[in-house]
Amino acid sequence: MMEEIKSQTNPVADNVVIVSTDELVKKTEELRSRKVSPMDYLHDIVGMDWGEEGLGALYYMESTETGERTVLKCVANDRENPFIPSVSHIWKTAEIKEREVFDFFGVKFTGNPDMRRLFLREDWKGYPLRKDYDMNSNPLNLDNEENADVTEEYFITPDGKIEGKENVIFGKEEFVVNIGPQHPSTHGVLRMRTAIDGEVICKIDPILGYIHRGIEKISEQMNYRQTLAMTDRLDYLSAHQNRHALCICIEKAAGIEVPLRAQYIRTIMDELQRIDSHLLFYSCLVMDMGGLTPFFYGFREREKILSIMEDTTGGRLIQNYNMIGGVQADIQPDFCKKVKEFIKHLRNVIKDYHDIFTGNIIARERLIGVGVLSKEDAISLGATGGTGRASGWANDVRKRHPYAMYDKVEFREIVYQEGDSFARYMVRMDEIMESCHIIEQLIDNIPEGDFKTKTKPIIKLPEGNFSTSVESSRGEFGVMIESHGDKSPYRLHYRSTGLPLVDAMDTVCRGQKIADLIAIGGTLDFVIPDIDR
Amino acid sequence: MEYEDFKNNDYLERMVEELNRDGAGIILSTIDEVINWGRSNSLWSLTFGTSCCAIEFMSLGAARYDMARFGFEVTRNSPRQADMIMVLGTITYRMAPVLKRLYDQMAEPKYVVAVGGCTISGGPFIKSYHVVNGIDKIIPVDVFIPGCPPRPEAFFYGMMQLQRKIKAEKFLGGKNRKMKKNENLSSGDKE
Repeated sequence: MMEEIKSQTNPVADNVVIVSTDELVKKTEELRSRKVSPMDYLHDIVGMDWGEEGLGALYYMESTETGERTVLKCVANDRENPFIPSVSHIWKTAEIKEREVFDFFGVKFTGNPDMRRLFLREDWKGYPLRKDYDMNSNPLNLDNEENADVTEEYFITPDGKIEGKENVIFGKEEFVVNIGPQHPSTHGVLRMRTAIDGEVICKIDPILGYIHRGIEKISEQMNYRQTLAMTDRLDYLSAHQNRHALCICIEKAAGIEVPLRAQYIRTIMDELQRIDSHLLFYSCLVMDMGGLTPFFYGFREREKILSIMEDTTGGRLIQNYNMIGGVQADIQPDFCKKVKEFIKHLRNVIKDYHDIFTGNIIARERLIGVGVLSKEDAISLGATGGTGRASGWANDVRKRHPYAMYDKVEFREIVYQEGDSFARYMVRMDEIMESCHIIEQLIDNIPEGDFKTKTKPIIKLPEGNFSTSVESSRGEFGVMIESHGDKSPYRLHYRSTGLPLVDAMDTVCRGQKIADLIAIGGTLDFVIPDIDR
Repeated sequence: MEYEDFKNNDYLERMVEELNRDGAGIILSTIDEVINWGRSNSLWSLTFGTSCCAIEFMSLGAARYDMARFGFEVTRNSPRQADMIMVLGTITYRMAPVLKRLYDQMAEPKYVVAVGGCTISGGPFIKSYHVVNGIDKIIPVDVFIPGCPPRPEAFFYGMMQLQRKIKAEKFLGGKNRKMKKNENLSSGDKE
């Protein structure tokens, strides 16, 4: 088999194995079904434009057994009509990820049943993440958009030709209800076309891109310091963790040591952010289900966290606190005292949360046994975070690939086996307590020293592919950088935590009642700007 | 803060004073004042939260900031029941037709508050191929609230400016008797 190991010289870079388009399916099937550490979790597919070399994709995959990672690279040389065989029959998540690559680069995947655009309008011209894309080629179009009910599939005929056929998403006889894009309970601007039979959901077709801001493309024109600003605005409830991920990736590639004090601060801030996010999750879930009082409970405690963060970082929601080589400013003198007070307070009041909602008969009826996601589906769909852990998949990046201080602290990974809405809810509620536990271990031991290292004014990364992932508030957030040695990335890709979750909506909701749709969506806990990027 | 200290943008109030200096209908203008007092203190907003700013807006609804003090707490999810549209977050090319349509569906009189850097100019995403560089390109904006995202206090400040604007409006007759007819037409009377 034709294999080539790239960037062997750089030990921190990813080992990229190049496979030809003909061998891709064979190779991936082999990796998926092998005895030792099968690659059952497709981390991400990153579309790429390598200029002369052609268009293609990087496949990041991981074994859930051993945590081993493999990166495959597949290039289609024809720029006019690039075709790559689809791997959507191996991993379910590949279907939507390949749609993303098609949307951005125009690479067509043969065998993928759904080759529509994902984020951009259906009448969009060109492929924006290609290097030769003219940024002014699509002016603002205020015509209302019509969505097609059919999609195209490309397949290879036995004699090697590529042909297209039409697949029907919604037939003429189906009753389709439109939910969104401006619906307060979809947690952002998600739009779901939902086919229903009476009260039962038959199919959900999520339509994304209402908050697609083109962050990956803008980042290519920025230097590494500037790219940091975008991360906070992806998933604003995981602002710290997102920025932490990009910082780790750049620091790893550039070989920058981060002082221990900064590592402690980053870890504490990450956990505070997680509590903040889960409190908001609680408030919103309960409000979506019609209970208003718990909303005030959740926000009462959340405001305390925001005050603590604001004292140190200067920002409430978006803090811009992490930076390459450390953190922006030292913690406030009374930071530790306030955090300890807050945790003590939270431990006292969390009982009220459970009293008012967890034990409530209406809540239990609407959550227990509803919207079950099996472990196999969760892995195949790449539904990480609390959603995956509620289905019995122990996927916490803090345990699998520890970063910052997570290998020094003791904490329990919350895993439930049921996979229903209630398990997803309980995972988050229990994680609040675990986060408190992590912070308590660190808060008294923050070492003296610098809170950042001095870095060069202009940071250049060596050539190669670099990737990191962190556990953000709602799943695995990944950063993939391809550097060509310049001061700005050749390609910067973020693994969205929410995209697989939205993709899972169809699997989870089929056969459920339409009334449970919002509650299921609430427990899956996605944030749309992070999906659309 | 005392009302007298609230000096920014008080040109609207000064303008009204100037217009009424040479006499205005007592009965009708008093009724107008009452109507505007009521309208400005019960602004029902159509929330159009697309991203980060919407989360800060939720903080406004909670106990610490409590926008019910100002009468903004009723948010409507139907454009037909809303007085104003609060645009919270980036507006992209795909969202722009939806925003325009919702605005068109709202009943007069209607107001637009643009919250956050993205709605004002495109914010950090100004160079993007998919972000509208300022919603004033699509719909007329009454109040801009800058910030990324704005602090809750900034929200209140912006909303109080909108209240001030509403209070200066005229609904009923009440034309300035000393004005010529043509001048009246051009003064933007809502009649």
